[in-house]
Amino acid sequence: MARIFAYIVHKGGVVDDSAVELAAAARKIDAAASPTAILTGWGADLDAACNALSASYAEVWKLANEALAYPNAELVRKALVKVLPSGSIVLLPHQHFGMDLAPGLSIKMKSTFVSDVVDIAGVEGADLKVVRQEFGGQVSAHVRCDLSSGAVVTVRPGAFKSLEGAVVSGVGGVIDKSSDIGALTAGRRYLETVTAEAGDVDITRYNVLVSIGRGIQEKENVAIAQELADALGAAVSCSRPVVDAKWMEKSRQVGSSGKTVKPKVYLACGISGSFQHLAGIKGSPFLIAINKNPKAPIFQVADVGIVDDLLEFLPELSNRVREMRTVTAK
Amino acid sequence: MEILVCVRRVPDTSENEIQLNSAGNDIERDELVYSINEPDNYAVEEALQIVARVGGNVTVATVGSEDDEEVLRREMAMGANHGVMISDEAFSGSDGRGIATILKGFVEKGHYDLILTGVQAEDGGAQVGGMLAALLDYPFASLVNSIEVLDGGKLTISREIEGGNREMNEIDLPCVLSIQTGINEPRYVGMRGIRQVASIPIPTFGASALGLDPGTVGRVAVRVKRVDYFVAALGKGAEILHGSREENIDKVLELVAAKGGLK
Ligand SMILES: Cc1cc2nc3c(=O)[nH]c(=O)nc-3n(C[C@H](O)[C@H](O)[C@H](O)COP(=O)(O)OP(=O)(O)OC[C@H]3O[C@@H](n4cnc5c(N)ncnc54)[C@H](O)[C@@H]3O)c2cc1C
Ligand SMILES: Nc1ncnc2c1ncn2[C@@H]1O[C@H](COP(=O)(O)O)[C@@H](O)[C@H]1O
Repeated sequence: MARIFAYIVHKGGVVDDSAVELAAAARKIDAAASPTAILTGWGADLDAACNALSASYAEVWKLANEALAYPNAELVRKALVKVLPSGSIVLLPHQHFGMDLAPGLSIKMKSTFVSDVVDIAGVEGADLKVVRQEFGGQVSAHVRCDLSSGAVVTVRPGAFKSLEGAVVSGVGGVIDKSSDIGALTAGRRYLETVTAEAGDVDITRYNVLVSIGRGIQEKENVAIAQELADALGAAVSCSRPVVDAKWMEKSRQVGSSGKTVKPKVYLACGISGSFQHLAGIKGSPFLIAINKNPKAPIFQVADVGIVDDLLEFLPELSNRVREMRTVTAK
Repeated sequence: MEILVCVRRVPDTSENEIQLNSAGNDIERDELVYSINEPDNYAVEEALQIVARVGGNVTVATVGSEDDEEVLRREMAMGANHGVMISDEAFSGSDGRGIATILKGFVEKGHYDLILTGVQAEDGGAQVGGMLAALLDYPFASLVNSIEVLDGGKLTISREIEGGNREMNEIDLPCVLSIQTGINEPRYVGMRGIRQVASIPIPTFGASALGLDPGTVGRVAVRVKRVDYFVAALGKGAEILHGSREENIDKVLELVAAKGGLK
């Protein structure tokens, strides 16, 4: 069995949640495997991250270089290619950094690439069999990947969460591979990080969110959701396509590239339930989904589902809330 | 600036209920509604806007077959100067690496300062752009959501990172960028626009024209292969309300109140 490496994302000395998830994925590829964590970076932050891993990885490879102080994917790739043995299986999280690094890494490692893996079905001969989701999560597929020249695999954040917990005893410790990297230059240079604008309404502060997706169909219909939110004392949040279409401000977007919210009740209206959207919903709110497609993936994660046209359902719901309010006020 | 945009025709998931076929080895494709892959359309719009600012040409290319010509025409109606069909029996069944290898062959036959792809195809793996860049040894950036052309063969770009924050980078040309949705507002294309470009010839390039070794692309070179499709249970599943609309509304209100939402 090929040697398994997990690329660890870290920031400010703190290791990303994906570190344990990658260890869990590695164990699912090979129960006997002892995956090696591999980290790039510089200075005290890198050392702190390496030390934080001793509970989940028996061996940690440290690649320190001043040019890697910020994880520029091109520089990281060049460093990894220098030190990773050919034929390795390399695991990375499928998020903005993994997506930036992994495809090119697989080319330079001359290995197989498979992305956004949600489960591992096992190893069959020279093949790794994984599970991916396609068509917005409406169907899943088993995918076979040739391992004969190694593989780069990106793993969906959260997918291996429930498998965490196997603790290893730190045997190998931190191994410094920095001297193997050599000089690093890149055609792309990091300048700065610009933080997202705050926006008019802070959706993170509401107990109830009326959240709308592409199913709202046009800008004029946003008012339907706003009316319901007003009646409920809630705020309107949304999925990404609503922001892309400029129907709502970016600050209203829930998801991995938007806001993380923790309401008590989340009404998902015309939202299919992509993992990037669900990633922004934390604290297990009571999730009510309204969608006209009974096969929409959101129904698999929601607590309660209603198969209906939201353009008819929401206005009637608003009316009912207002009626009820008038009765209670009397 | 000479810009190449790689585009793909995909089943539109917001328009389709995806069903498995009876054998379970594919989805039911007969009644699917196809359209241009959404981020690719943003990529074409971005290319058109760059050319409007600094001059140049936009070429749209797809690795596909006859059926895919409609997306090239659609993007030409948007304003792309040239459409190119990259098609050969030897290409069919290619995995992401195969597609990237074919595109590399095409890129090397021409001269492009900038190559754009979408972030991800509807049934793809967010891989072709990054692979193409690595095969060409060009710099690459993914999830790009703004582009500014600088003097001296460089761009300033921003990448979308977590929480809607932006990572600003400077990148040398030629390079490959994968474009994220929302970077611009793609212009509308009507039937009339499509009719206007209907008779413009679209050249086709095959394996020999691109000097590709057939052993490196298509089914024979595949390392990643879908075995079957299935419908997985992701969670415990929602309790679906089967009442009339009025009953469902009452139930929803009752639940919202019970969960502390109605005050
Ligand atoms: C790197 C990256 C980051 C991303 N980050 C985010 C993010 O932060 N947040 C986010 O939301 N997405 C994000 N996405 C996009 C994500 O992958 C999905 O494309 C998106 O979440 C889909 O939004 P949606 O559910 O509104 O649209 P769709 O998937 O198109 O679903 C629309 C739904 O509405 C239903 N519908 C249509 N009409 C009606 C009607 N009249 N009544 C009831 N139901 C109806 C349909 O059945 C369908 O299920 C990201 C993608 C990438 C690649
Ligand atoms: N067959 C193809 N022809 C041209 N471009 C493609 C093709 N497949 C993928 N691409 C490009 O690569 C991007 C990412 O696709 P994927 O890696 O399949 O998710 C797409 O958005 C397209 O821009």
